[in-house]
Amino acid sequence: MPALTVENLTKSFQGKVIALKDINFTVDYGEIFGLVGPDGAGKSTLFNILTTLLFPDTGKMTLLDLDVEKDYLAVRHSIGYLPGTFSLYPDLTVEENLIFFATMYKSRIKDNMPMIRPIWKQLQPFKNRRAGKLSGGMKQKLALCCALIHKPRVLFLDEPTTGVDPYSRKEFWDILKTIQQQDVTVIVSTPYMDEATRCDRIALIQEGSIIKIDTPYQVIQDFKGHLYTFTSENIFDLLKTMANCPLKCHYYPFGEQLHVIFYDDDDKTISEFDQFLLEKGQVHGEIMRITPTIEDCFIELMKMK
Amino acid sequence: MYSINVENLTKKFGDFTAVDHINFKVKKGEIFGFLGANGAGKTTAMKMMCGLLLPTSGNAIIAGYDMHTQSKQIRKNIGYMSQKFSLYNDLSIFENMQLFGTIYGIPRKELKDRIYASLKELKIDNIANSLVDSIPLGWKQRVAFATAILHRPQIVFLDEPTSGVDPIVRREFWNLIYETASTGITIFVTTHYMDEAEYCSRISIMSNGQLKLIGTPDDLKHRMGVESIDEVFVKFVQR
Repeated sequence: MPALTVENLTKSFQGKVIALKDINFTVDYGEIFGLVGPDGAGKSTLFNILTTLLFPDTGKMTLLDLDVEKDYLAVRHSIGYLPGTFSLYPDLTVEENLIFFATMYKSRIKDNMPMIRPIWKQLQPFKNRRAGKLSGGMKQKLALCCALIHKPRVLFLDEPTTGVDPYSRKEFWDILKTIQQQDVTVIVSTPYMDEATRCDRIALIQEGSIIKIDTPYQVIQDFKGHLYTFTSENIFDLLKTMANCPLKCHYYPFGEQLHVIFYDDDDKTISEFDQFLLEKGQVHGEIMRITPTIEDCFIELMKMK
Repeated sequence: MYSINVENLTKKFGDFTAVDHINFKVKKGEIFGFLGANGAGKTTAMKMMCGLLLPTSGNAIIAGYDMHTQSKQIRKNIGYMSQKFSLYNDLSIFENMQLFGTIYGIPRKELKDRIYASLKELKIDNIANSLVDSIPLGWKQRVAFATAILHRPQIVFLDEPTSGVDPIVRREFWNLIYETASTGITIFVTTHYMDEAEYCSRISIMSNGQLKLIGTPDDLKHRMGVESIDEVFVKFVQR
């Protein structure tokens, strides 16, 4: 039995905005499962339903053998939830917040200290500070402690790294890894495509539908088309030129490079392409075949829709 | 001609120094990326540059006006777009732009034409009367950007303009930024996407209130001996 099974889940608001369309997936015990997609894709709605805060229109969800709708009270005791917006008590101190959440779940801090110790250590110097006065990163760490204090078996994190700088984001994913090692199943959402590779499996989600579910490795393996890259002195000027490219391809800037997806992969295509750039007077670096990133896969899947 | 000239700019809150003697200049029409870890002092520095907060010491000339004595003129000559507050959901696209245009004192006769010209450029003039609430997030960002430059500011400040938007819209947005810069408007932008840092003419990285690294993306990668700005950032913050 998987830790979570979601079948035919649909949710609309006011009968018109369809937030989730026929969502199906399972999450195995001990996995880090990532929901990867932009704002408005339906990630938070899905989290709200799975954490028993919202009813779906249709569908069936089973979490740890419990029916999420019927057994919602039991579900609430088994899960930890880190919402997308800061939701601790700003006027309570760091320590008071932690005690409060522990008490609500009829648990004691010392019972579960081993699990949160690595994070708590960083917070301890500020334990008498009001939560509202913490920096963004520290608030996030406290919220994580509060979500873990009752030893949940499944942890839901809704965009824990949004607006967080790249270095702190890497740190946060390292923490998630240590939580996973303590037999917690982690379900996490993110709009940052580069974080997908930190998950065991991912679901790419766009406009309320899951467009792909697999391991990051397999998502990359399944990339349709052939990806090439090259550098250019002026990427935006190059983009204007590319609008007139006669070859069948998709292209988009990727940092200082241009990525081009060709669907016919042969030397002829590339030499014709090279010729085209030459005729247009585009100075560029070597055209190289590369392995796509998850972001390339996401773009490709969106373009194919 | 510099759009932004910051000299020894410092801001203290009690005994905490949020911004510590920073110095830099931004040329007209440049796309200047302002990076840094959370809590490094970016927001405080930006608030001062927008004329919303007075410095403790130091000064800056923004769009030709003095930060200490001409903050009102600064506000008139810059545009600002934040990721958080964008537009009024219960007003239409046109009404939103009309509201901000009026606040900035664009003559009534001119305003309607200017709004439609701007919406046409974004290819969304056909939905001018739709409520902002009803349009996709990606479009909202574009409308917010168009609104921020409607009064033809010399500089536009963009605070994480692409946070959370999908990878295609994110790229379309950068195309828009580039088009705008090519008309001579200076772009001052913060982002947590390191690939976007590569699109900037120059970038700077703040840490603990100080501005320690500044240069073109290529220059910084070369100096740090790495391949990408992401690595520059991580290496820099670790030090």
